Amino acid sequence: MSYLILDGLSKSYGRVPALREFSLSVERGDIFALVGPDGAGKTTALRIVCRLIDADSGGVWLDGHNLSERFDQLKSVLGYMPQTFSLYQDLSVEENLIFFGGLYGVTGEAYRTKRDYLYGFSNLGPFAKRRAGALSGGMKQKLALSCALMHDPELLILDEPTTGVDPLSRRQFWEVLLHLRSQGTTIVVSTPYMDEVARADHAAFMFGGRRLSIGAPADLAGQFEGHVFFLDREPSSQLVAQLNAIDGLSARRFGSALHLYIAKDQTPARFAGPLASLGVDISLLHTTPPSLEDRFIQLMEADG
Amino acid sequence: MQRIRFIARKELYHILRDPRSLLIVFAMPVLMTFLYGYAINMDIEHITLAIIDQDKTADSRDLTGRFYNSGYFDRPAVEPNLTDLAQVFRSGRAAAVLVIQPGLGAALMRREHVDLGLVVDGADASLGAAVQAYTTALVNQFQIDRLPMGTHPPGVFISRQVLYNPDLKSSHFFIPGLLGVILMTISALLTSITIAREKETGTLEQLLTTPVTPREILIGKLLPYVVIAFLDGALIVTFATLLFDVPFVGSHLMLLVFGFIYVATALSLGILISSVTKTQQVAMMLAQIATLLPAVMLSGFIFAIRNMPVPLQAISHIVPARYFVRIIRGIMLKGAGIEVLAVQAAALVGLMILFMFLAARKFSTRIG
Amino acid sequence: MTERVVVDLDRLTRRFGSFTAVDNISLDVYEGEIFGFLGANGAGKTTVIRMLCGLLLPTSGGGHVAGFDVLKQSEEIKKSIGYMSQKFSLYVDLTGRQNLEFYGAAYNLDRRTLADRMAVLTERLSLGEFIDRPAGSLPVGWRQRLSLAAALLHQPRILFLDEPTGGVDPVFRRTFWGLLYQLAEEGVTIFVTTHYMDEAEYCNRISIMHAGRIIEVGRPFDLVHSHGARNLEDMFINLIRAQETAGATN
Repeated sequence: MSYLILDGLSKSYGRVPALREFSLSVERGDIFALVGPDGAGKTTALRIVCRLIDADSGGVWLDGHNLSERFDQLKSVLGYMPQTFSLYQDLSVEENLIFFGGLYGVTGEAYRTKRDYLYGFSNLGPFAKRRAGALSGGMKQKLALSCALMHDPELLILDEPTTGVDPLSRRQFWEVLLHLRSQGTTIVVSTPYMDEVARADHAAFMFGGRRLSIGAPADLAGQFEGHVFFLDREPSSQLVAQLNAIDGLSARRFGSALHLYIAKDQTPARFAGPLASLGVDISLLHTTPPSLEDRFIQLMEADG
Repeated sequence: MQRIRFIARKELYHILRDPRSLLIVFAMPVLMTFLYGYAINMDIEHITLAIIDQDKTADSRDLTGRFYNSGYFDRPAVEPNLTDLAQVFRSGRAAAVLVIQPGLGAALMRREHVDLGLVVDGADASLGAAVQAYTTALVNQFQIDRLPMGTHPPGVFISRQVLYNPDLKSSHFFIPGLLGVILMTISALLTSITIAREKETGTLEQLLTTPVTPREILIGKLLPYVVIAFLDGALIVTFATLLFDVPFVGSHLMLLVFGFIYVATALSLGILISSVTKTQQVAMMLAQIATLLPAVMLSGFIFAIRNMPVPLQAISHIVPARYFVRIIRGIMLKGAGIEVLAVQAAALVGLMILFMFLAARKFSTRIG
Repeated sequence: MTERVVVDLDRLTRRFGSFTAVDNISLDVYEGEIFGFLGANGAGKTTVIRMLCGLLLPTSGGGHVAGFDVLKQSEEIKKSIGYMSQKFSLYVDLTGRQNLEFYGAAYNLDRRTLADRMAVLTERLSLGEFIDRPAGSLPVGWRQRLSLAAALLHQPRILFLDEPTGGVDPVFRRTFWGLLYQLAEEGVTIFVTTHYMDEAEYCNRISIMHAGRIIEVGRPFDLVHSHGARNLEDMFINLIRAQETAGATN
């Protein structure tokens, strides 16, 4: 049985549905990414797992136990990092760590050992006395993660931990997550960044409160139905419109290049004529692997 | 148990590092005590009185002297133009004018009826009333002193004695009540902010996922405020007795016990307000309306409840400060014991239980 | 994209006390180009943009924006540029229409012109009925479109967009970028700052800044290949890390 199971979760705020029969399962020791834009329901799902809100229907199981019934016992294996910075801005780095450590019963020598370890990978040591509110965005994220890790949680729930953070800091953050995984921690992380999905073991696409797809990152992109071609030429919007007008073909500008999409049972040869009349030589088309974004859009459009 | 310590310590950091709460905790009580003790003095003295002495006899000079030596009346700084009394009052040169007509001395000798003319600026109603009262008293004394030794004039006289505040010093009236206002303010205002702030900044979300229970959160958060309330209370009582000579006749222990009950009520009220608001701003506003305002206006601190319109009197029954003000005045000024204050005490305890119950119910472990 | 240079920077430098935020950067940007500004936080991107917007004067060096001198003509520069910030900066309790009317007035547009432009923009950006709803009640994607409309009211030649499609759904992102491509074709030069590698790939060219300097400029596709990286993100990270190691050994 999977370590963490979300089963048919539904939640509405008034008439607005935030989650619609949302299900997924996470194996122990995995990093699982929930990917989707703002409003997809990622935060709602994670908050239900942490019992900060109650689902209208459906349930959550952790290690075989019903989470909402046994939450008070299960709390201590859970580590949570909400989307917005939720530590005390007027307390210093060290004071925040002491506080959260204390709530989990991590005090004295155990606290000091843990703290030094956390300072080791976060490099927050030199800033121990600085007010949390005065830290940079990246450092705040590291502190929040450190506080969530004080009690060696089995399950780490991270809600968009890297939003707004530059690519380098994001990479460092993921290196920490990979290290945690190697020590057996199960991690569920939500993100709007498609490129972060690549580093997870499994991922689910979310949109409009529903799960669009689930699987290993490589599989997810590979499930794209169709072929994608790349042409190194900056197209005018007129050309793009004309290409889109061709039945069975869709096109879009991509930076200073062009992407062409055709259905999976077709080949570019079929369109050689119409393309040539628009000045596109099919021999210059290169196959390019479909991106996660391509697949996400395809799923969104199918979902209606 | 341990967790409560951590929560309490964190709360203390917040209090000490927030300039706003420091202001409320330290500056406000001291400021208010000095304000109500010194500056706001409802005793009416040093009234500018112009006396027109048209008699100019030894008797009229005696009478004039009594007025100005009483401490209640002062001579006008500039001699007013008495041909235009209306102008005198408009310009504020004098608040009252007393006219002693010619023939006062002669009339007294012949035991004839004589009138003194008193014109008062009624724009300030309490001033006018005071002038009349003082004048009547001074004139009566003037007459009594002129009687031969041993005679007693016929008629009904009032032998007056004021207990518990013989000089009717307003500071003795205000400052005990001030304790009620300040304790309510500190306790309710500060606690109303604290939970609202955790909601607003998002820290509550983080806190609720930890093993800490709602009870631990509430107790831990309240502990520092209880201590602060007591420190402030002790400070005000000390100021009251040392600086303003407010007497403390009754039991210190009783005040401590009732102080504790009162503070618990106020804290619960603060928590309740915090639980139903989403932002600190709204919490503060609601706290001021629900605690500070009633404590000042409806508790009997300044204005007598008896004189208020009936709806307000009804509302005052759920204002904890109403009972506490009576209790503390009873203890400090009158040395009252529990038998006398039983009703007030029972009402206060009842309110405490009510608010604590509501506060506990309203505190949610869910967000949104 | 044309051959005309619309922004040229020549050894542009900005110091704050002893700290050099921007260190001798030189750059040419072409009319109708979509140019991505990348770099770690603190690399100096914001300072460069402020100078390009006429909000900050360089300490040394110079350049031109839309033909105006960076050193001497900041007021003219301000009038020629449009800015869309990452955080929604319109008034949440006013409707879209009211917001646009307000900004139109701020740009000194007369009623007639404003009405015309608003009609055009509403059509183009498919604002439709959303324009009469309070701005704060709009979903993220529509808010971004409204912000774009506000930045375009005075028909600027250069647009600065800060993380324009953060958190929006992929379909929306494509549509929004479709609009940007159209604008670029019409001759508007667009600067985009972003932390999204996906979005960086949508640009014609990108520059990568580190410690106040531009350490790489070029087409995303070309840069990935010339650095032998798997993708843009790897290229970016390897490049920055190499810089930091080099800096540490100096």
